[in-house]
Amino acid sequence: MSLSFDIPVFEVVRNEKRCIQCQVCVRQCFNSVHSYDEDDNVVCTDDIKCVNCHRCVTLCPTRALIIKKYPLEFRENTNWTSNAIKEIYKQSQTGGVLLSSMGNPKAFPIYWDKILLNASQVTNPSIDPLREPMETKIMIGRKPEKLDFDVKGKLLTEMPPQVELSTPIMFSAMSYGSISRNAHESLARAATELGICYNTGEGGLNRDFYKYGKNTIVQVASGRFGVHKEYLSAGIAIEIKIGQGAKPGIGGHLPGKKVGEDVSATRMIPVGSDAISPAPHHDIYSIEDLRQLIFSLKETTSYKKPVFVKIAAVHNAAAIASGIVRAGADAIVVDGFRGGTGAAPTRVRDNVGIPIELALAAIDQRLVEEGIRNQASLIVAGSIRNSSDIVKAVALGADAVYVGSAAVIALGCHMCHTCSTGKCNWGIATQEPELVKRLNPDIMYKRLVNLVSAWNHEIQEMLGGMGINAIESLRGNRLMLRGIDLNEKELKVLGIKYAGE
Amino acid sequence: MKKVYAFETKCLGCGLCEVYCRTAHSKFKDVVKAHNRDNVISAIVIENIFRQSKPISYFVLQCRHCLSPRCVKACISGAMHKDEQGIVHNDKKRCVGCLSCVSVCPFGAIKKSRDCKTISKCDLCVGYGEPLCVKNCPNDAIKLLDENEVEVALK
Repeated sequence: MSLSFDIPVFEVVRNEKRCIQCQVCVRQCFNSVHSYDEDDNVVCTDDIKCVNCHRCVTLCPTRALIIKKYPLEFRENTNWTSNAIKEIYKQSQTGGVLLSSMGNPKAFPIYWDKILLNASQVTNPSIDPLREPMETKIMIGRKPEKLDFDVKGKLLTEMPPQVELSTPIMFSAMSYGSISRNAHESLARAATELGICYNTGEGGLNRDFYKYGKNTIVQVASGRFGVHKEYLSAGIAIEIKIGQGAKPGIGGHLPGKKVGEDVSATRMIPVGSDAISPAPHHDIYSIEDLRQLIFSLKETTSYKKPVFVKIAAVHNAAAIASGIVRAGADAIVVDGFRGGTGAAPTRVRDNVGIPIELALAAIDQRLVEEGIRNQASLIVAGSIRNSSDIVKAVALGADAVYVGSAAVIALGCHMCHTCSTGKCNWGIATQEPELVKRLNPDIMYKRLVNLVSAWNHEIQEMLGGMGINAIESLRGNRLMLRGIDLNEKELKVLGIKYAGE
Repeated sequence: MKKVYAFETKCLGCGLCEVYCRTAHSKFKDVVKAHNRDNVISAIVIENIFRQSKPISYFVLQCRHCLSPRCVKACISGAMHKDEQGIVHNDKKRCVGCLSCVSVCPFGAIKKSRDCKTISKCDLCVGYGEPLCVKNCPNDAIKLLDENEVEVALK
């Protein structure tokens, strides 16, 4: 073989004074970075294989390991960065499309960090959520134009189906196949305990998980994997996935090696076959076609389940969202360009789509102007990192948020961006039985419960600070937001004032 | 009586239980010193189950603290004894290193020390509160349970 230009990305630094040759790192690294040399009784490392997942660092009993950025430098050049050079080396060697995982990592503005929240002072009192009632419960679904009551005050209007969430947070769509069974189970159990929902993703739903149905959103994507009547009826709501924030306009590809017995049965495809989701739904080429699919799904489930439609945040998101509402969707899900994924072409991940903050503000504004905002709930996704992002999203007009990356980080993800290799050392994005075992659902579902409970507490505190006692009262309340370090145009799209105004 | 149980379905074979067992039974209570300066061996042992030269499962072996322990019967110096709680101990002061206990243990749970002058076996880390293998297992695969709790855990 000819010379490879590959250079390591990370350097594994072992403190020989602290290393006891216990070989925990050797046994735990599925990338075979560490190896034991019996002759010299030392543990050796092969830096080039390291993806910096921190598994060895976290498990090393003597803290003998540190992973650093590989110190080899190219001559400084702001245009030809080391990354740009390495990508060319890689493509000229393989002839392939570059693949990446997780969301857009580039230095585009993060608008959440340029928006500030309000608090009550003197003229209206703030509320202490530890002493006074504070409501974070929300209902997702179509709301009627008006409500009719009889003389006794009994509701006469027939309510469309609603999904009740104890807090405006749901776990994003991550399919069984892209993530492990144990990760899937952790999400399902946590959602059930929290009174929120998790999403099956497009990989169907294993029958063992039907018991979590009340907290499950079942997804119908372009591949239609594992979609049948029982599946559609198993969840509390159905989501049609048109696009995904990490790779708008692109389909999906689950490599055949990840399709074992169990995944094959769930997806209804042969063992070992590649699961390819086409870029479009082959039966949707217009809003009218989307309407047909929405109503076929509603018909199948006797109009008992709300139907969500998920799109990636793209340039005309507001107009598209308006069309989706008119097509009969009960909720729109918008996924921003920082949304995570198991695998996406690097160029698409890094260059396609728009920030979720701008898409959300534009969509909410458009639906309000058209007088159809009540007809659908608005759910946003695409890198919601903490509770203040959620509060800002709600104030910009969202009903709820989906968290995917944050949820997998709670499960142990160390953001090494190599989900696509299937060698996830934390047992999340893998189907290797030996690795899947590493994620113990009994431990991990509690971490998810802790995370969402903590966020819920923080949301209540921030709401209380603003003198608001229900999250419903914050929705679309942009007066609670002020921008900082933003230009006129950005403020206009976001529909907020500048700090001090 | 509570004993240490390991669950194969959860065990990762990482070997941290062995590291902490050695530390617990060393005169040094520091992991690095216990390994570099002391030659105690771990009383808990992970056996790999191989398929096509790749470990596919792990089996963790440690003293079962038998009701009627053969090691106690076989001991020629009276070093092996069962205390009132039912824990089988090895009295290092009395142990002459004849290794009779090693040869009679039906589970192979008693290991001879590196210098072959004594043996190493699980004493449930009495004095530590919780056995260190249980406390440091990263996947909750090793648990200290009584007989009833084990039945529940196995369901």
